[in-house]
Amino acid sequence: MTRSANMSPPETLVDKIWSSHLVRPETESTPAVLYVDLHLVHEVTSPQAFAELRTRDVRVRRPDLTLATMDHSTPTTPRSNGHLQVLDTQASTQLKQLETNCDEFGIKLFGLDDSRQGIVHVIGPEQGLTQPGMTIVCGDSHTSTHGAFGALAFGIGTSEVSHVLATQTLLQRKPRNMLVQVDGTLPSGVTAKDIILAVIAKIGIGGATGHVLEYSGSAIRSLGMEERMTICNMSIEAGARAGLIAPDDTTFEYIAGRPFAPTGADWDAAVARWKTLASDEGASYDRSVQLDAASLAPMITFGTNPSMAIPIDGRVPHPTDADTSAERVDLDKALRYMALEPGQSLLGRTVDVVFVGSCTNSRISDLREAAAVMRGRHVADGVRMLVVPGSRNVKRAAEAEGLDRIFMEAGAEWREAGCSMCIAMNGDQLAPGQSAVSTSNRNFEGRQGKGGRTFLASPLTAAATAVAGAIADVRTLS
Amino acid sequence: MKPFTSLTSSCVVLPAANVDTDQIIPARFLKTVERRGLGAHLFADWRVDEQGQPRSDFPLNSPSAVGAEILVAGHNFGCGSSREHAPWALLDFGFRAVISTGFADIFRNNALKTGLLPVALSAAAHGGLLDQLAASPRARVAIDLESQTATLPDGTSHGFKVDPFARHCLLNGVDELGFLLKEDAAIATYESAHPARVSTR
Ligand code: SF4
Repeated sequence: MTRSANMSPPETLVDKIWSSHLVRPETESTPAVLYVDLHLVHEVTSPQAFAELRTRDVRVRRPDLTLATMDHSTPTTPRSNGHLQVLDTQASTQLKQLETNCDEFGIKLFGLDDSRQGIVHVIGPEQGLTQPGMTIVCGDSHTSTHGAFGALAFGIGTSEVSHVLATQTLLQRKPRNMLVQVDGTLPSGVTAKDIILAVIAKIGIGGATGHVLEYSGSAIRSLGMEERMTICNMSIEAGARAGLIAPDDTTFEYIAGRPFAPTGADWDAAVARWKTLASDEGASYDRSVQLDAASLAPMITFGTNPSMAIPIDGRVPHPTDADTSAERVDLDKALRYMALEPGQSLLGRTVDVVFVGSCTNSRISDLREAAAVMRGRHVADGVRMLVVPGSRNVKRAAEAEGLDRIFMEAGAEWREAGCSMCIAMNGDQLAPGQSAVSTSNRNFEGRQGKGGRTFLASPLTAAATAVAGAIADVRTLS
Repeated sequence: MKPFTSLTSSCVVLPAANVDTDQIIPARFLKTVERRGLGAHLFADWRVDEQGQPRSDFPLNSPSAVGAEILVAGHNFGCGSSREHAPWALLDFGFRAVISTGFADIFRNNALKTGLLPVALSAAAHGGLLDQLAASPRARVAIDLESQTATLPDGTSHGFKVDPFARHCLLNGVDELGFLLKEDAAIATYESAHPARVSTR
C-alpha cells in the first residue's frame, strides 16, 4: 500500500477511481454523474436500449469507447463449413438485431465470424481494453471480472445501458468499501475458485450489498491475472456492486503487448499512472473480512445459491442448525431441490454432466488445469463433459498446446466459444433432474436448464469429477 | 415512465428469501428484443408444472392473487443477474410495488428506473404484514411515495426510504435519460480534460 505524497486523507482504490470520473459530484438530492471509460455490450441486454435511442432520435455518444460481442445466445456446437447453427429464430433475431444496431450506431462488433468473438468478460481483458483505473460497465452482473485489473467495473440494467450509449455517463451513488484480506499460501489442489467460494460462504449471498469488495493480502498478490479474474468475477454473488484488486507488476505484464494496450511513451505514462492506483495506507473501509488461504480446501456448492458452499470433504449442513428461521426455510428448500440429505457428504454423488466454461473459468489457465487432470484419463461412462473456451482466442491457444486433443481423447466435447451451459440460453442445457458439476458462477434453480441441479466448483474438481463419474476430491484422485 | 404517487392494493405473498432473477424470469425467455410480454413467463418454473399446468400451491396462482398490484417478498429480493427483464416481467404481470426487507442493488436500481417501486420495511413491520395477510389474504396495503409510508391492514403506518432523486423522478415522471442528456455541456468539459483511456476503433 502506498501513501500519497500530499496530505489529503488516505483513500481507497475505489475512492481514487470514483473521484477521477466525476462529471458532477453527488449531492443529497442527486446522484453523481459518473463518466464511463469503456462500455461493453452483448445481445441479450442491449436491444431495448438501442430501441430507446431510436425513439428519442439520439446517437451513441462515444462509439469509440464501446465494444460489442455475441456470447449468450450463441451456439457452441462445432462449426460446419466454418458456420454456426443458431438455436432458433428468436436467438437469430436477437443476434441479427445486435448486428443491425452496431451497424447503425457505428459500434465495433465481434460477431460470430470474427476471430476475436467470445464471452464479454473474457475478451475485454484479452484484447487489452481492460486497464487499471478505468470505469467499465456492461449490461451484465459479472462485469466485476474486470476489477481484477484495478478497474471499477460493474453491471447495469438495460435502462442504464441506454444512458451510457447516449451520454457515456451514469447516475450513481458512491458505494461503500469492504476489504477482503486473504493471506497465506494455498495448499495444492486449492485454487482461486475455492478462495472466492469460501469468501462468498463467509459473507453470505446478500452480505456485501451496497459495497465494493477490495481483495488484498499475500494470497491474492501471488495469483496470476486469470485467477484474479475468477475471484473478482463472483463478487456479485455476495451481493457486491463490484470487486477489485490493486494493479501490480503481474497486471502490467499481462496487459503489455495486447492489441488495445498502450505502446511506446504512452505505455510508460500509463504504467506510471497505474502505479499510483493502490489504496493508501490507513485508508478506511466500512467493513472487512479475513481469510487464511492455508486453511482452505477445494470448495463446492451444495445448494441453490452460490453462498451455500462447503469444503469438498465436508458435510451438508442441517437446516435445524441455521441462525434464523428464514435461513432454515431457505436451506430446507435448497436441499429438497438438490435431492440432498442434511449431514451427508457430497463425495461419491453421481453426476450426469461436467461443464468447464463461463466467464469465471474458461481462460487458458483454467483449461490447462482441467487438461492436466484429464491427460491419460477418461470421462466416466454415463457422464457428458463439455469444455467451452471463453473466446475464440482461448480456443486457438488451447488447440496450439494440444489441450483439445487431451479433452477429446478423454471423451469430452470440445466446443466453440460462448456462455453455453452457464446460462443455458443457446440449447446447451441440463435435462430436468440431471446434476452437473460446473465451473460457472450460479447454481440457482434451473440456471443450467429447467429442473437441473448445479454444483459449482473449480476446474480441477470438475475434471476429477468427470473422471470419477461422481463428485471427487482432486487431491485424492487415483 | 409512468409517475408513481400512491397505490392501495391487495397483495401476493412470496415469503422466500434470496429470490434470484433467474426465478423471476428464467434465462430462456431473455431471447426477446422487446420489453413487453414477459409477464406471461413471470416465475415460470415456479408457477407452471412439467405438464404446463399452473401449480395450485404457488401464491401467484391463488384466487386471492387476482388484481393484486403488490408483491410481498422475502429478504434480498432480486439477487443475481442484472436483467431488467425481471422488473419488466413483474410490471407486465400487473405488479407496481414489491415489499421486502431488502433488495439486491441492481434489481432495486432497475425497478426504480422502470416504475416498479421497491419498498424496504423493517423486519418487524414486514413480519407484522405477513401475519396480517395470513389472517386476511385479501387485505389491502396503502403505499404513499410522497410521505414514504406504507399503511398496513391493521392501520399502522411504517416509513420506508427511497433515494431522493429516484423518488423525485417517480413522483414527477421525470426520465433519467432526459436528465442526463441535459448534462451535455458538463460531459463535454469532462471529456476535454480527460483524454480517452482506450479506443475500440
Ligand atoms: S458466462 Fe455465464 S455469467 Fe458469464 S457472461 Fe455468460 S452467462 Fe453471464
